[in-house]
Amino acid sequence: MSAIAEKGSGSGIDIAALRRRLANGRDMWRSLDEIAGTVEFRRFVEAEFPAIAEHLPAKPNRRTLLKLMGASFSLAGLAACSRAESIVPYVRQPEVLVPGKPVYYATTLSSDGFGVGVMVESHEGRPTKVEGNPDHPASRGATDAVMQAAVLTLFDPDRSRTPLKDGEPASYGDFLKDIAALVSRWTASQGQGGALLLDASTSPTLAAQVDVLRARYPKLNVYRHDPLARPTAGQASRALFGSTLTPVYHFDRAEVIFSLDADFLGEGPGRLAYARDFAARRRVRSPADWMSRLYVVETSPTITGATADHRLAVKPRDIEAVAAALRAKLGAQAEAPRSPVDPTWMTALSKDLVAAGRNALVIPGAHQSAFVYAIALAANAKLGALGNTVELIEPPDTLQVDGDLTTLCEAISDGVIDTAVVVGANPMHTAPAGLNAHKAFSSLQLLVHHGLYRDETAFLSHWHVPAAHELESWSDIRAYDGTASLVQPLIKPLYDGKTLHQLLAVLGGQFEIDALSLIRQHWSEINDEAWRKALRDGAIANSAAKPASVTAPPDLGGLKPAVQAGGRIDIRFVADPWLRDGRFANASWLQELPRPLTKIVWGNAALISPAMAERLKIENGNVINVAANGVSLDAPAWILPGHPDETVTLSFGFGRKVGSVAALSEGYDAFRLRDGTEWFATGAAVTPSTNDMRVITTQHHQAIEGRAIVRHASLDTFRQDPHFVRKDAPPSPTESLYPDWPYNQEAWAMAIDLSACIGCMACVSACQAENNIATVGPDECERGQEMHWLRVDRYYAGPLDAPDTFFQPVPCMHCEKAPCEVVCPVNATVHTHDGLNAQVYNRCIGTRYCSQNCPYKVRRFNFLDHQSFDKDEAGSEQGVHNPNVSVRSRGVMEKCTYCVQRISAKRIQAQIENRDIADGEVVTACQQACPTRAITFGDLNRKDANVVREKTAPQNYPLLEELNTRPRTTYLGRISNPNGELSKPGEAIDD
Amino acid sequence: MAKVPFGVVNSEFASSRIGEGMPQIFSKNANGVARFVIWGSCAVLLIAAAIGVILPRSDLVTGVGEPVAQPVPFSHKHHVGQLGIDCRYCHNGVETSSSAGLPATEVCMTCHSQLFTNADMLAPVRASLASGTPIRWQRVNGLPDFVFFNHAIHVNKGVACETCHGEVDEMPLTRRAHTLSMEWCLGCHRNPERNLRPPQDVFLMHWQPPENIADIRRRLIGMLDIHPETMTDCYVCHR
Repeated sequence: MSAIAEKGSGSGIDIAALRRRLANGRDMWRSLDEIAGTVEFRRFVEAEFPAIAEHLPAKPNRRTLLKLMGASFSLAGLAACSRAESIVPYVRQPEVLVPGKPVYYATTLSSDGFGVGVMVESHEGRPTKVEGNPDHPASRGATDAVMQAAVLTLFDPDRSRTPLKDGEPASYGDFLKDIAALVSRWTASQGQGGALLLDASTSPTLAAQVDVLRARYPKLNVYRHDPLARPTAGQASRALFGSTLTPVYHFDRAEVIFSLDADFLGEGPGRLAYARDFAARRRVRSPADWMSRLYVVETSPTITGATADHRLAVKPRDIEAVAAALRAKLGAQAEAPRSPVDPTWMTALSKDLVAAGRNALVIPGAHQSAFVYAIALAANAKLGALGNTVELIEPPDTLQVDGDLTTLCEAISDGVIDTAVVVGANPMHTAPAGLNAHKAFSSLQLLVHHGLYRDETAFLSHWHVPAAHELESWSDIRAYDGTASLVQPLIKPLYDGKTLHQLLAVLGGQFEIDALSLIRQHWSEINDEAWRKALRDGAIANSAAKPASVTAPPDLGGLKPAVQAGGRIDIRFVADPWLRDGRFANASWLQELPRPLTKIVWGNAALISPAMAERLKIENGNVINVAANGVSLDAPAWILPGHPDETVTLSFGFGRKVGSVAALSEGYDAFRLRDGTEWFATGAAVTPSTNDMRVITTQHHQAIEGRAIVRHASLDTFRQDPHFVRKDAPPSPTESLYPDWPYNQEAWAMAIDLSACIGCMACVSACQAENNIATVGPDECERGQEMHWLRVDRYYAGPLDAPDTFFQPVPCMHCEKAPCEVVCPVNATVHTHDGLNAQVYNRCIGTRYCSQNCPYKVRRFNFLDHQSFDKDEAGSEQGVHNPNVSVRSRGVMEKCTYCVQRISAKRIQAQIENRDIADGEVVTACQQACPTRAITFGDLNRKDANVVREKTAPQNYPLLEELNTRPRTTYLGRISNPNGELSKPGEAIDD
Repeated sequence: MAKVPFGVVNSEFASSRIGEGMPQIFSKNANGVARFVIWGSCAVLLIAAAIGVILPRSDLVTGVGEPVAQPVPFSHKHHVGQLGIDCRYCHNGVETSSSAGLPATEVCMTCHSQLFTNADMLAPVRASLASGTPIRWQRVNGLPDFVFFNHAIHVNKGVACETCHGEVDEMPLTRRAHTLSMEWCLGCHRNPERNLRPPQDVFLMHWQPPENIADIRRRLIGMLDIHPETMTDCYVCHR
């Protein structure tokens, strides 16, 4: 029985009652189900592994049992036998390569067309792990969840492996022959009737190649289809300053930040750098420390809103009014327009901004209208922040195009275009609703598709050519600040894929050219030495764009509010944080990674506010029909506390039918409802239906009930009582019945700063990549059997409609008095000399007593064989495994090891050099990925260690210390910095 | 009422039953059969247990001492014993990496492009270099996938090649010198002292310990910062 079905049977939630209950309390709650105490929630709390009984086969009879026992005895002997295997050394061993030692290469991954620098770990030429590049401005050593999955996509067995002509395998030579004919035709006709459809990219080489093609074929049309495009920065800056510019923010200088629907921590090409700088200004360790303040007005809950000190949720159509109100408050506009926001809130905000002056920062959402964007830029100029907290640069994206997908489809329908070459984009999935792209593309004489997968567009095309993965390619790309970054291959193309540069070269008649020379030619002005340095560093030195010097005009350059409001309900479109426009839909790590706020996996839902659910009388999982722009779709509703009322958030990325992993996921395709590349729709209609759809969420899994799990205070409270985390904390016993352990060597420990954690999930993704953690699929996730060693719990506090949101990453606590250790009948979980709770997979017999006895619920059990052990049978996906971590089999318990393989590697290195392990030398995977440096790891026995410094902060506290488990992982209570003039965030607009 | 002795009644009853001619269930030699089965099963169990203990440790299963056929009959006896080539010439990762490494074909051909250039025995090596196809050597010293052995730390801490791999300079075809079982590994991890030698001597074959070796080993433990109490933690080998 599914979770939803059970809830439907009479345990409905009375939202009005919950609202009354939560209005004044500051209790922590995880979900509506939890505060309502529904059957569903109780089931997850009470059962160690919910739904296990229904998952087990029927009780075997005695005869079957005996047979199984007999078999297991005879197999017991066999299991230890090792087959003869061969060792295959190199013929010519590369100079830098020592088998058994990983090599790291700097390269760049593309994120919505912008580059983020990475270091990729390679084992004997096999890339296994992505780390951030500390020298790259867009990474600063951090990664996000999506980048971690690059290695998984590389080894994806569903990748396209061969060129296809009309769907039949063909050779690349045949493709070249057909293209040669096209080249001669275009040469004769100057490219008449030809179109090139490009994906989002900031590659300088690509721009140059397009220029070359245009010179060669003057009549060739170049289009770009970027479903996630956010073009308003250019429009706004053109109206204000007369030139196309794009902002770069400096959070390291910002004291008061106001975000106008900008999710700067979770979206956009500079998010990792922004998150790093933002968190650095909010590190409070003593009452003397200072922190910045963040105000957010947003149209759909984001992780930026969750981090804010003051957050308001408004309908998408109201953002322009909020922006106009800000402009009025700052004195640039006489009359105060109607504002959906309480004037006191606005006054407090503007006073704060004015007081901060040039250290204030107003950030517009990149998807917002040019009007909002221009107001934000003008506000920054007025405050004096322009040139300090915000600088304007030439956009990194210099490609000039003739139009977008809509113009292309019109041109095809008009008979102007008869041949199209689609590079990277997948318009058959991501085309807007009103556009019959399928019909237009079907009428083409020749459609060539270049992509990683045989996707929806590839099925329609005459020729499909497999693309080389980013980790197989030579390319270049610009970062958010314009830094030219190099993409170098970690591995030879697995399936002979071609880079997009090679494909464009072929269109220009260069049939034989290799991928490297195309890039090298573009950068021919830098000498070999500088080139090698750039390859080593991952970026070309000093290539960041210089800030433009501008003066803002007093008016908004004629920009007017864009919203034409009709009806009552707005739709807010968002890209799925992991799958983006659906291009990563086949990456199981990303499908199974809980979304930061909803914790939904393997699908999407239509997010609505509790008030709207109350009005429509719907519950989580009830299907609603959302209609807009003359189209409608059915989606399961999901009630998200803090969601703006009368608004539905729909996310892109799901509903794909191609790819074996993507097909497993459930969800709707929001592109079917989208007009053009708009991020909002007004005048939508929402009709509830009686049907239910499955929405899988992990928000109740491993719940710790009713205890002070997340402790938080305002900066003022912290200054009065630095030890606020001790307030009301139950006394911790000092004596223990458990054995005492000496820690004469190291004593590994971790501190997690809840003020810094933004809930971006990069740590969970990095942990999965580092530790060979299996994905289990939607059905197992629904049963609560996901395998992530590290989870990020999301808690709410305060009123139902505008709660505060908290994130708490929970790895293994590595208790000094570990309850798991004493209950293992076979000694499979043991205490090590340096204080780790080690799990010995080969001893484990799967009693699961340890997990039962773990108060933190951080142990994961392999109910099934999730990964194949037969090296021949397992597909290419086994290539992604970290060779330094065992792959676990069925019936075995596993959990966070503090990345013991990394500890061992560093210890061996230190021992060889006959020295102690230096502080900061061992970096866990979660810590390394974290954009905000929320996680600190080190040796408690070193008094100068960072982790010791963190743990001596007054707000340091262990989870459930009353149980006397003495966890090695501790937390730094969250400190926020609300404006004293305002009451609790959100309260102002309640009712 | 007088008591009737219990046994008398019983025997009368019994004899009367026999007298009626009921056939014997067990024949006269049933006792012998029973004894044989009981003792026999014990013996079988004992033997099985003995086999269970002895067999996995025997050379038959562990493969100790059994030369392994290779695509090229490479002789450590010739290269190490007679020519005196250092281990690290071919196994060049041994001091820095977890894997000691096997030589690339190119390494073989540094000498064999000059020596024995036409030997039939070396045809696969020449073919490998010419075609770029690696030689597929058969593994002699293998460990299960869940064991993470590191050569570098052992060599750097004074555990000699010879200690685990035996006297390879006397092996025409390489064979396993020790069981490499967990029991065997732990024997040393629990008490590493008796297998240590000064790190500069680890690549020597037939090393003769000096007279004050016990003293040297005690000092080595301190100098090399070896902590036997930490070396039996499971994660030292299993991760």
